[in-house]
Amino acid sequence: MQFKNRLFWSLIAAGGLVVLLGLFAAHLMEEHGHIITGMNNQIVWGLPHVFAIFMIVAASGVLNVASIGSVFGKAVYKARAPLSGLLSIALLAGGLTVLMLDLGRPDRVMVAATNYNPTSVFAWNVLLYSGLFGLVSVYLWTMMEQRMNPWSRPAGLAVFVWRFILTTGTGLIFAFLVARQAYGSALLPPMFIVISFAWGLAVFHVAQSAIYAWSGKEHAPDIVKRMGNLLGIFVMAALYFVAAYHLTNLYFAHQSGFERFILIDGGLYPRLFWWGYGLLGNLLPLVLIFHPSLGKTRSVVAASLLVILGGFALLYVFVIGGQAYPLSIFPGYAASSSFGDGQIAQYSPSLPEFLLGFGGLGIAFLITTASVRVLDFMPHDKPHIAD
Amino acid sequence: MSNINVQRRQFLKTSVGLAAVAVAPGMLLFEAAHGQSAAVSSKVRWGMLIDTANCTDGCNDCVAACNKGNGLAGGLNSGGLSPTDSQWMRKVELKDMRGGRTLSLPMMCQHCEHPPCVDVCPTGASFKRADGIVLVDRHRCIGCRYCMMACPYKARSFVHEPLHDQNPDVPRGKGTVESCTMCVQRIDRGQQPACAEACPNKAILFGNLNDPESEIARRIRTVASVQVRADLGLNTAIRYQGL
Repeated sequence: MQFKNRLFWSLIAAGGLVVLLGLFAAHLMEEHGHIITGMNNQIVWGLPHVFAIFMIVAASGVLNVASIGSVFGKAVYKARAPLSGLLSIALLAGGLTVLMLDLGRPDRVMVAATNYNPTSVFAWNVLLYSGLFGLVSVYLWTMMEQRMNPWSRPAGLAVFVWRFILTTGTGLIFAFLVARQAYGSALLPPMFIVISFAWGLAVFHVAQSAIYAWSGKEHAPDIVKRMGNLLGIFVMAALYFVAAYHLTNLYFAHQSGFERFILIDGGLYPRLFWWGYGLLGNLLPLVLIFHPSLGKTRSVVAASLLVILGGFALLYVFVIGGQAYPLSIFPGYAASSSFGDGQIAQYSPSLPEFLLGFGGLGIAFLITTASVRVLDFMPHDKPHIAD
Repeated sequence: MSNINVQRRQFLKTSVGLAAVAVAPGMLLFEAAHGQSAAVSSKVRWGMLIDTANCTDGCNDCVAACNKGNGLAGGLNSGGLSPTDSQWMRKVELKDMRGGRTLSLPMMCQHCEHPPCVDVCPTGASFKRADGIVLVDRHRCIGCRYCMMACPYKARSFVHEPLHDQNPDVPRGKGTVESCTMCVQRIDRGQQPACAEACPNKAILFGNLNDPESEIARRIRTVASVQVRADLGLNTAIRYQGL
């Protein structure tokens, strides 16, 4: 891609700075321990997990563009398959780095690679993530190396299947937590898959429009409009799953306390849910996409940014709100103790957590920007596509 | 018999004798240093029966003994417990939401037969010993904290800070997860867990659940006891009476 040298190097410098700050935060966390984060023995997964899960889920969802092209043969999407694969690798690298650096002992990541507990869904995910890296790399190769082109369809199909399993695995991390009110639901894997469609496509829109803008190219408005409509459909489908998850919980008497907390009187969490996820993450993007006088390139990009923002809000409520509500260890009893039994757990994210999370986004940004510069990831649209 | 053969025999005898003399003190010292080295057996399942009627509201002796025996600060350094302090054992005050009955009980790792923490641990650092004690291998734990998410009893703590003055019997590590070990180091020496020994009212009965003749097995046969969250089917080794 031909964007100006100066712009390219400033982008690399800015991204590099964000990554360095993230690494510095990780260094501080390793030096002092997690005491410098907002996490504690009640909220054991904090803001880094919100960033990491967003990126990992989006890494799977962004491949949708490639799948629609390779598996379902749509030319507009096929032209974007390489960029979709690149974004997937970039997001996965960013998300996994955050996840790894948030470990209590990131220096022991080798232990995770050499000791494998077959009953652990975390351990399955280690294979699923590395498998996705490998498969997407092969897929990119089959697309970019002409002699390998005939293999791109089977490779695309393999990626298509693999990412479904991968996001199922991400959902299962929570679905297997039987004792926690917020999790332990078989609805979570399909919910994560559908959510990944929306987040992944939103990230794709943002990345694509940035690349077009930075290289001074004009993006065909009808293509943006068409892909914008698809984003709208994904957003609605994701909303359906989130609604079904909360409605089933509302129906169970033993879950009503938790739902009341998340949806009404939990302070920050209901606010984030309704304003962040509901209004900014769903209502506004849908208006921007489907309102007859909107839906142009700029609205679609704005809608995508809002979907991403809403995604972070939803994950914050899901991951942190889900832990803040007290575990029901003694049903029928009101409990209190020095260890937070029966109480809403407190959590306020600290600066190192923010830095680490943004550092992960920075890694994804750096990988994308540098790769787009050195290899041909730009969509090449043929005129007059009929499909 | 040839002279050479006799000499060879002599030589072999002397060698074996010398070898025995050289190795024996080492073996003896090894024995002395390691005490009994018999492997733990699944014929034993260690457990506790906690009688809530004898557990006094406001008494914290078991928790204090746990903190002392395992080298946990118990809030002493920070002038009160902080949400990042490790608590292997805690006293929980309960109030029946319908009848209003109040009771107090100690809560810790329930040493499940089917522990969710062991199932979810990616590296196998969480494990169950043959005698049913659930432990964390501190050399293998990567600090992912998934076990803390999976534990239905909130029994685990994460070490948030560098540690000082550790108890050599109970090694711990910053960035790893830990929980009640049922004082495994004491059990292996033939002693009771610190909490059971410290309880002034003998509310904690420790013993082998698998031995029908043991006091704990007899009591469980004769009095009504429950497992916390028995609906989860984890078959805990800690039973409560009067809950």
